[in-house]
Amino acid sequence: MEIQLKRRLQPLGVAKFLLPLGSILVALTLGGGLFIVSGVNPFFAYWEMMRGAFGTFYNFSEVIVRATPLIFCALSVAIAGKMQLWNIGAEGQLVVGGMAGMGTGLFIAPHLPPVIGITAMLVAGLLGGGMWGLISGVLRARWNVSEIISTLMLNYVAIIWMEHLYFGPWRDPAGRGFPGTAMLPDALRLPRFWGTRIHLGFFLSLLAAFFVWGVLKYTKWGYQINVIGESQKAARYAGFPIDRNILIIMFLSGALAGLSGISEIAGIHFRLQQGLAAGNGYVGIIVAWLASLDPLLSAVISILLGALMVGGDQLQIIMHIPSSIGLVLEGIILFCVIGGKVFQTYTLSFVREEHL
Amino acid sequence: MSSFVFIASVTIYSSMAVLYATLGEIITERSGVLNLGVEGMMLVGALSGFTGAYLFKNLWMGLAMAVMAGGAMALIHAFFSISLRVNQVVSGLALTILGTGLTNFFGRPMLGKTALRFTSCKIPLLSKVPFVGKVFFSQNPLVYPAYLLVPLLSFYLYRTHTGLSLRAVGESPSASDTVGISVTRTRYISTVVGGAFAGFAGAYLSLGYIPGWKEGMTAGQGWIAIAMVIFAMWDPVRAVIGSLLFGFINALQFYFQISASAWIPAYILKMLPYLLTIAVLLAVSGWRNRWFNTPPPAALMLPYERES
Repeated sequence: MEIQLKRRLQPLGVAKFLLPLGSILVALTLGGGLFIVSGVNPFFAYWEMMRGAFGTFYNFSEVIVRATPLIFCALSVAIAGKMQLWNIGAEGQLVVGGMAGMGTGLFIAPHLPPVIGITAMLVAGLLGGGMWGLISGVLRARWNVSEIISTLMLNYVAIIWMEHLYFGPWRDPAGRGFPGTAMLPDALRLPRFWGTRIHLGFFLSLLAAFFVWGVLKYTKWGYQINVIGESQKAARYAGFPIDRNILIIMFLSGALAGLSGISEIAGIHFRLQQGLAAGNGYVGIIVAWLASLDPLLSAVISILLGALMVGGDQLQIIMHIPSSIGLVLEGIILFCVIGGKVFQTYTLSFVREEHL
Repeated sequence: MSSFVFIASVTIYSSMAVLYATLGEIITERSGVLNLGVEGMMLVGALSGFTGAYLFKNLWMGLAMAVMAGGAMALIHAFFSISLRVNQVVSGLALTILGTGLTNFFGRPMLGKTALRFTSCKIPLLSKVPFVGKVFFSQNPLVYPAYLLVPLLSFYLYRTHTGLSLRAVGESPSASDTVGISVTRTRYISTVVGGAFAGFAGAYLSLGYIPGWKEGMTAGQGWIAIAMVIFAMWDPVRAVIGSLLFGFINALQFYFQISASAWIPAYILKMLPYLLTIAVLLAVSGWRNRWFNTPPPAALMLPYERES
């Protein structure tokens, strides 16, 4: 038996919208197997996850809090993906952005008026992440070093660097040995809303999503990026500067991830500490692909995956199932969705292997 | 033990996981399939190996489970990238994400547990040879297969009929198909074998190198292996050089830790393997045009579709 794919002669109609839904249903069914293995009724577990994420306004606000860094990271992956660059390093860029922003918050911003201080921190975060992304951009544009590997290696370098800072030179002297920097003063924290932990960073991330969407869709430069992504050959014929755009895109990609880091620090943690590198950079990859690299859809899917993770946390509290079930489900959903997309262009048939 | 012997022997000891994973990925990529899931497969191998050894109280059972689990993970990638023709980068990355999630989930009860481990096992006679004996033949039993594997794999790839078919599929699948080699079957087998190697590499870590289970314990070694494949230009013997370089950096780290000499700060030392990996790729791109010119398998990352 062999599986044969045949190209569809007519594009899918209504089924195009049913396909992703069907894929997710398949994924949740497979995920249900995990619950059964853990000795839990899967329907009950999914229900509890739903309740954990959407049951009360506060729970839902936590979903937004979880989604905020994801939106930035997904945008980071998506904008690079538009040019067929694979930024696996949003995690590291997030960390460097966090370090740059927190450094500004510790040593420079306290001497400035608060609004300027916070702005300086955000800009520092943006620049820090951007520079970290730019390293991989230069390596790729100048020496053709795979950005997949360089961005990923730089994640580890960034995390080690951050640990060094909060265990060593930046450690809070008043912290009784707690590994972390001093807390940001109240004036340098991002404002929160409605008595929840939703902070300004969320609105900034939405702004960023609209910005990326608008730039890619409505500017000449955005058009260039899309052409380069579709076909390098065509772009070369058109005389678009590919190398320079690799640098710009990797900088922007890193900058978005850097914003994610500083928004987490100034909005949630208020200090540099363990837990800043919580895997958002990697989940951002999942989001970006589920969204087919669409910036606005990325924001929506970030919220859905945020719900999955908040729901996972609830399961850990209620049923003592490891909260990493969220990540497993995301992995399964990812596979099912990319598998499901195949049906957009192909029909599947099983045939007996023919011999030539 | 002199520090020279110490560094040399730890170099070997630390390079093995990367070496096994690299060899596996070479087999996979030679058939035209890029599998970026090495890190995920290694993690699954590490956890399965450790769990197997813990449950059955038998190291070899653990090892067998790791190899099978690595192969099973690779089978997912094979199905998606070969049968469904999904973009190989996407599928491979998804595999790493899935592997990380699965091991975090199932590994939880194993955190902090201790199981058996492979301890060093001196080879009679050979271990008595001065220097060489201590460096090469007083290692743990999972190291020794590598000594045979590298020449065997070279021989297989370049001197046997099936090895030739494997390379042919990676270079020109349509030509291979015409002469009656099954592209799908060859690619499936080499992807799964590559995964089995990655699983073995994972077990090397959890049963020998740093015995025990810790989330994300591979610490990027799977990715380093992928870089080393490029450095090795898809050649098993050159893979040894890359892996030893990685092992050497690790050995230096150990050495400085023990000798407590602080002229290189510890955190810089910890960064070195990752920086080295980038440096190695830079070097390859520099000398590619000058000395060697071994291009990647021509059909790497291209799904095969028979024209009808």
